[in-house]
Amino acid sequence: MMKRLLGAAAALVLAGSIAGVAHAADKLKVGFIYLGPIGDLGWTYQHELGRQALVKELGDKIETTYLENVPEGPDSERAIEQLVRAGNKLIFTTSFGYMDPTLKVAKKYPNVHFEHATGYKRDKNMSTYSGRWYQGRYIQGQIAAKMSKAGVLGYIGSFPIPEVVSGINATMLGAQSINPNIKVKIIWVNTWFDPGKEADAAKALLDQGADIIMQHTDSPAAMQVAAERGKLAFGQDSEMIKFGPKAQLTSILDTWGPYYIARVKAELDGTWKSEDTWGGLDSKMFEMAPYTNMPDDVKKMAEETQAAITSGKLHPFKCPIVAQDGKEVECKGGDHLADGQILGMNFYVKGVDDKLPGK
Amino acid sequence: MQLVLEKRAERSRTIALVSPLIAIALTLITMSVLFAILGKNPITALGVYFIAPLTDGYSLQEIAVKATPLVMIAIGLSLCYLANAWNIGAEGQFLIGAVAGSWIAVTTQGTEAGHWVLPAMLVAGAVAGALYALIPALCRVRFGASEILTSLMLVYVADLLLDYLVRGPWRDPAGFNFPTTAEFDPVATVPVLIEGGRLHLGSIIALIVVAGAFVLLDRTIKGFEIRVVGVAPRAARFGGFNANQLVLLTFAVSGALAGLAGIIEVAGPIGHLQPGISPGYGFTAIIVAFLGRLNPIGILIAGLFLALTFIGGEQAQITMKIPLDVTKVFQGILLFYVLACDSLILYRFKLVFAARQVQSAAR
Repeated sequence: MMKRLLGAAAALVLAGSIAGVAHAADKLKVGFIYLGPIGDLGWTYQHELGRQALVKELGDKIETTYLENVPEGPDSERAIEQLVRAGNKLIFTTSFGYMDPTLKVAKKYPNVHFEHATGYKRDKNMSTYSGRWYQGRYIQGQIAAKMSKAGVLGYIGSFPIPEVVSGINATMLGAQSINPNIKVKIIWVNTWFDPGKEADAAKALLDQGADIIMQHTDSPAAMQVAAERGKLAFGQDSEMIKFGPKAQLTSILDTWGPYYIARVKAELDGTWKSEDTWGGLDSKMFEMAPYTNMPDDVKKMAEETQAAITSGKLHPFKCPIVAQDGKEVECKGGDHLADGQILGMNFYVKGVDDKLPGK
Repeated sequence: MQLVLEKRAERSRTIALVSPLIAIALTLITMSVLFAILGKNPITALGVYFIAPLTDGYSLQEIAVKATPLVMIAIGLSLCYLANAWNIGAEGQFLIGAVAGSWIAVTTQGTEAGHWVLPAMLVAGAVAGALYALIPALCRVRFGASEILTSLMLVYVADLLLDYLVRGPWRDPAGFNFPTTAEFDPVATVPVLIEGGRLHLGSIIALIVVAGAFVLLDRTIKGFEIRVVGVAPRAARFGGFNANQLVLLTFAVSGALAGLAGIIEVAGPIGHLQPGISPGYGFTAIIVAFLGRLNPIGILIAGLFLALTFIGGEQAQITMKIPLDVTKVFQGILLFYVLACDSLILYRFKLVFAARQVQSAAR
């Protein structure tokens, strides 16, 4: 009986896969490399949501494949090349650490197009894309300053790379626009995802007198700690409200779907070309989760700031920017810092009471 | 009636030979059932895992690339384990080797330095790995500290040192402050063997290491000492073998090999120093060492086999949409069966009938 069942199953699968192959022949193959397991929230999950949105929109014209949990070392070059060899013509590599491997494979296969998230190296068949998350951090800084009774924010940093540092600075500038004496305490956990470490950091920050938790890490552990202690917190990457229904103020939601759809459409039309996309609130590269657990006036302020940033009226890094040492930062972008200065940011703004690691 | 394990009077030679085969057969059967439950054709799936990667040159190269560090580290570890010295910190020695070798690459960057750079890097990597491994070894010999704990803890020290260097002093000046060194110069890069592929000189070095270990263990007195100290410490003492000296020696050799693997990986497939250069090679190599039964040839086969499951697992994800977790389950099942079957070398199954049990209960 079991044997018959297995045989039947096998036949079915075989039939299915043959039909699939015949069908897929003229479809564009699109590949994705994921850093983590997909799970149900966080960085990789948001990319997976983007892929699903892509399939929903263009599923009849494309076939997508992903490789998950690909470490950022030498394995990633092989994983990318495996996707190329499987016939994928457009490949999204969704983490910073895939930059050099993507470039190497791109040089080897000039007829395949590559899209690398959050990096800065490009080639004629390799684009980059990223989000201006510092815009969201500025809004969060304003909310935090309004909501904090102690005037002390707790910030869980992942790695002291420019993206994270510019996030801290944008938060601080936003908060200072409300309360010039606001303080921030920072703990570097040296990981993107480690619920244990993140929870410990959140507890330590609360014990040190912070009453609002902000994070640049992936797990909802800090949100849970804040919720347990009756404090407030911001989510990261994903909607985390279910981990702190009374704690989450808002969250920066990575929404890659529109970008993925646009790029695949360009590929289908034959208009794809290498570009550097750094999308902000205006291009919906990310969104803010609903503003919750705050009075109406704070919510109104947040919405107004969001509208001002979206329309371009307000730039979080509006000059003059004063660095931690009291010196004014050279203003290379007219009335605000140039993109290059934000992308390579390795200084704190005035008022951050912490020493930047590695400086 | 009851099934019990009974100790054999002596090791069964037949089972020792057949046990890996039984384990693989059991794994294949279990996986077939799992694939069927997942709605995948077991024959096709097993074909994608084990046969497809062996049929084209690209995948064969990738298997060799993946197996190279695993085999090199595992050979060193096997010497330690044979001598009853428990080096768990190969990951740290791997990282320190990478750091030491990279130091030469970084300081000579952009200069007119000639072809001595790569050999110097390899030597530096090996020496640094050996010295780093000697720390826990000395602590054990001198103070009786558990080398299992100290070697493991030094992994994190090495990891953080690497982290500090690439974020601080060695950071690529043109790299937007991201934590990585600049790409190494061509003279500081391990040459590839086949144009357009990734197979590199390191794989040849790994084969030489395997051959060297085989000769050492099989043909030299030192090798004999290592075995005796591990299997029969008292006999070794009577024989005048110095166990402490062997702890130091095996740790140094295994550290050197791990360090060498580290710098080869960085100067080869990666091309620069960055955090996360190892997806846990130092720990996976422990599995490889035991899967290969602490035998050099066995380790070579085990390393290649484990690499095959990684490559096959990726192809299964791509062509059959089989999730990565299945590959991990698969590796786990394999290890489980290997260990389970190995117990049959020293034990055998025996049926115990109820009558005897009642008797013993009555007593």
